[in-house]
Amino acid sequence: MNNKKTVLSMLVLGGLALSGAVLATPSGEMLGNTCAGCHGANGNTNGPATPGIAGINSEYFIDTMKGYADGSRKGTIMNRIAKGYTEDEIKAMAKYFAAQKYHPLPQQADPKLASVGKKLHSKSCEKCHEKGGRVSEDGGILAGQPMTYLQWTIEDFTSGKREMPKKMKAKMEEVHKAKGDEAYQALVNFYGSQK
Amino acid sequence: MKVSRRDFLKVGGGAAALATLSFPGLVLGAPAKMKGKVVVVGGGIGGSTTAKYIRMMDPGIEVTLIEPNKEYFTCFMSNEVLSGERTLDSIAFGYTGLAKHGVNVVNDSVTAIDPVAKTVTTAGGKTFPYDHAVVSPGVALKYEAIPGYSEEVAEKIPHAWKAGPQTALLRKQIESMKDGGTVVLVAPPNPYRCPPGPYERASQIAWYLKNNKPKSKIIILDPKDAFAKQGLFIAGWKKYYGYETENSMITWVSGAQGGKVEAIDPATMTVQAAVESFKGDVINVIPPQKAGAIAFAAGLTEGDWCPVNQKTFESTKQKDIHVIGDACVAGAMPKSGYAANSQAKVCASAIVAMMNGMDAPEPSYVNTCYSIITPDDAISVAGVYRLGEDGKIADVKGAGGLTPGYADTTMEMRKREVLFAHSWFKNITADVFG
Repeated sequence: MNNKKTVLSMLVLGGLALSGAVLATPSGEMLGNTCAGCHGANGNTNGPATPGIAGINSEYFIDTMKGYADGSRKGTIMNRIAKGYTEDEIKAMAKYFAAQKYHPLPQQADPKLASVGKKLHSKSCEKCHEKGGRVSEDGGILAGQPMTYLQWTIEDFTSGKREMPKKMKAKMEEVHKAKGDEAYQALVNFYGSQK
Repeated sequence: MKVSRRDFLKVGGGAAALATLSFPGLVLGAPAKMKGKVVVVGGGIGGSTTAKYIRMMDPGIEVTLIEPNKEYFTCFMSNEVLSGERTLDSIAFGYTGLAKHGVNVVNDSVTAIDPVAKTVTTAGGKTFPYDHAVVSPGVALKYEAIPGYSEEVAEKIPHAWKAGPQTALLRKQIESMKDGGTVVLVAPPNPYRCPPGPYERASQIAWYLKNNKPKSKIIILDPKDAFAKQGLFIAGWKKYYGYETENSMITWVSGAQGGKVEAIDPATMTVQAAVESFKGDVINVIPPQKAGAIAFAAGLTEGDWCPVNQKTFESTKQKDIHVIGDACVAGAMPKSGYAANSQAKVCASAIVAMMNGMDAPEPSYVNTCYSIITPDDAISVAGVYRLGEDGKIADVKGAGGLTPGYADTTMEMRKREVLFAHSWFKNITADVFG
């Protein structure tokens, strides 16, 4: 945590060093527009892998950007991009994306797996990922995210590459106990099938 | 009414003020009254993005986009057409999406811009008045810089650096080439559109040849001694294409090794480089580049490119004419599709602010660029930029940079970069043309 703060204060200083004076923070819309080329216009992705970030909970957005910037969350290009913003800029972006209307990505899910996933979700996941994963509170929106992305996210969590919150770890063990590896596929197809 | 940015921000914070700017009709509770005209010259990535975003930010502005072609073929991902991984159709985009945003799309060529009368004239004989003009012509190819090469010769020896029929021609030639043939790829000097493009092209052609004509060779003749993403490309070529071994499929001849091309002879399919000449079964010449023709005709250039105010992209040569994308000089930003898309949004918000009597907002810019080495291995470079105190677009220090080398990443992450590259393509094209 201290480490994160150090990195961010360095970033803020870095930003100031660039201008040598007080640098105005661009608006959330200005900053958010630069993300559209990968995450879609207004943060609504067209797939096949990059997640949509429209409607994202602003706290979760901020945590995610900080995690990418300090390397505690491992991605590909986002680790390099997230380092480019001050705390104020990240907040402005968070506010902008939280205010955008989210559109689930239309995609082909396996209906059988999706129905297994629906049951698993109701039992183990709904409490935090409310309304079939449509709500973004402590995490991102799951419903209608690209299935490739959902698949990778589960892989990262279950392989230990990305740290799971304690409660989530117990719930993931619970779904795995119920259905084995198929459980993960079932959840991916359930969230992928949400419209 | 002139409102300074300070007053503008006082209205209720940046975001609220921007929202006001975005939907003046809603805020005023009255139908938007036309505030003026913007004419966009060129319907590539930069021009199309600007036209669309001006309309989205302020529907009270009339926007006309003038572009000679009915379809735009993206230069990015066209290397995947050369390897057969993608169809030419998949990189073609029309303008119906822009029309839906209320952009008046005119199929014509702009021949002149009068900065005094503030009019744009077309080959079709039409004249369009503007309050602000946006010129986004991309690059022109300097055929004449290579003796023996010309626009006519390009029908036999393609450049394929503007996608479309040229891409199809080069693909056809590579497909018809015998196993054991040689592809000679002539790389351009800096600066040019898409710095890693020639080397991604070599990788994509090599992928096709390895799977279909494994005895074939690719020789890259380069006037430069270094190129974009060089370490990553060379590591990839070693991994897949035997680079620097006796059986290397790819040979890179740098400027220092005599890679600068002095002439080509289409009759004998020979490329004369500084030290020796090379015969090719297929030759791909990517000529040196400069700003598109209209930039010169309109007096927007200094040397080969267009200097601009990097906050608004307004030309420093002509008032109320903005130049974006490959044709402009944009500080630390490369000439790339993503850069053009990012610059277009900064330019659009500056024009909208100016036409509403306000100062241009504080800009932010990004570039991301993927190169695909094999269908399971892609690399990327990213940059985050801000306007420096000297008025030049500068890298935010400590941010951006390249995909790690093989020692510091996994093939799983490289594979993900391929799918992120394809997501990049789908999302940027929807952002530009959708």
